[in-house]
Amino acid sequence: MYDMKALYEAQSAADAVRLRVEHPEAQIIAGGSDVLVQMREGKRAGRELISIYMIDALRGVSLDEEENLRIGSLTSFSHITRDPLIQKYCNVLGEAVDQVGSPQIRNIGTIGGNTCNGVTSADSASTLHAWEALVELTGQNGVRRVPIHDFYIRAGVVDIRPDEIQTAILIPRASYENTFGHYIKYGLRNAMEIATLGCSVNVRLSPDKQTIERCRIAYGVAGPVPMRCPSAEAAANGARPTRKLAEQFARAVLDDINPRDSWRASKAFRQHIAVEMAMRALTRSVELAGGEMA
Amino acid sequence: MSAQYKLVRCTINGKAVEKMVDVRASLTDMLRNDYRLTSVKKGCEVGECGACNVLIDGEAFNSCIYLAVWAEGKHIQTLEGLLSPDGELSDIQQAFVEETAIQCGFCTPGFIMTAAEILNANKLYTDDELRKLLSGHLCRCTGYENIFRAVKKTMYRRQGKTIDF
Repeated sequence: MYDMKALYEAQSAADAVRLRVEHPEAQIIAGGSDVLVQMREGKRAGRELISIYMIDALRGVSLDEEENLRIGSLTSFSHITRDPLIQKYCNVLGEAVDQVGSPQIRNIGTIGGNTCNGVTSADSASTLHAWEALVELTGQNGVRRVPIHDFYIRAGVVDIRPDEIQTAILIPRASYENTFGHYIKYGLRNAMEIATLGCSVNVRLSPDKQTIERCRIAYGVAGPVPMRCPSAEAAANGARPTRKLAEQFARAVLDDINPRDSWRASKAFRQHIAVEMAMRALTRSVELAGGEMA
Repeated sequence: MSAQYKLVRCTINGKAVEKMVDVRASLTDMLRNDYRLTSVKKGCEVGECGACNVLIDGEAFNSCIYLAVWAEGKHIQTLEGLLSPDGELSDIQQAFVEETAIQCGFCTPGFIMTAAEILNANKLYTDDELRKLLSGHLCRCTGYENIFRAVKKTMYRRQGKTIDF
């Protein structure tokens, strides 16, 4: 038995919004692989829960009328990895979330929960930042969309208003078109592990593959929230993909990130692996885009 | 709180069932206490060890971090559901016996249900893929190698292929 005060089950997004207004103290629960564990630990014990898990309308991946990739917030990690649209347009996201927890956790864990948690180590977060995802929130006054960068306010706090739930994550067409990316997770073991550092890079090359038209890089655990690296991106944008550039790009990362010392790893170690991960992820992204590092 | 109950209707091991369930119950609680399916073990109860693993609509879930009320309308399979009506072991259970993939047995039902999902995919996975697919379970006795062999052997058998470990 879980130590919960009450459980309210939403049957639709509108229902969830109504429950949010009626029960302002209640905690939203999606797949529950964080909320229920925290409740068991005592951190969220005695709370009221609003379960949105049964709202099947919030599951699945599709292309909307503007051909943005639309991922329902309750889509599980394993379904994202297996989805043909994800594999075609943003394969790296499927690969990133395939590194969360264990197979069973990937069957219950949702991308909405992963982002609403607001934790920097979420395996989806760096890739969603690097692909400039939009977060769709539904509330009493309808739907609004927030860039993922603005959605994360500070560690553990995201921009969800008291009447809202997150209903989808969108990857705009301009973001995924002709774009290829790679994610590297550094952990102390492969399964059931939280990232020591996560790095997601993607590139769009010119038609002749000689120029990096656009390069984006984001990290998890390099600061209190997932973050992009403007200095590194500036170094790569418009440049020729060479090994020398990869080194410059990777070193520039240190101007942007701000990792901390923790029991998992020191700041110095995180900085060290951040450079190496940036270099490898850029090289792999260029290869995936059909180019090569001169 | 005053107890809050809800009628939960689902299919368990092929049989349609319904019961009033305390909303605070995990699916582990419901399967063990209300349906006496004690193959579903309580291990860590925080989704790390895999001892409580069951199939829900064909996918493996740690039932300890799954609310019982979410079972509504779902098809649930536990280890008990793998036995044939005359009590004969399924191929994967037999393989666990043959490969000595069991010592204390506490992790076994969970492991076998993950193996069931793997085998139902009808694919021939590489060793690395198989290890990753089995990574959601902790076993403190066997060192995993025999469990890995039992699953691999059954996967090869079902594909009609001979195995070389």
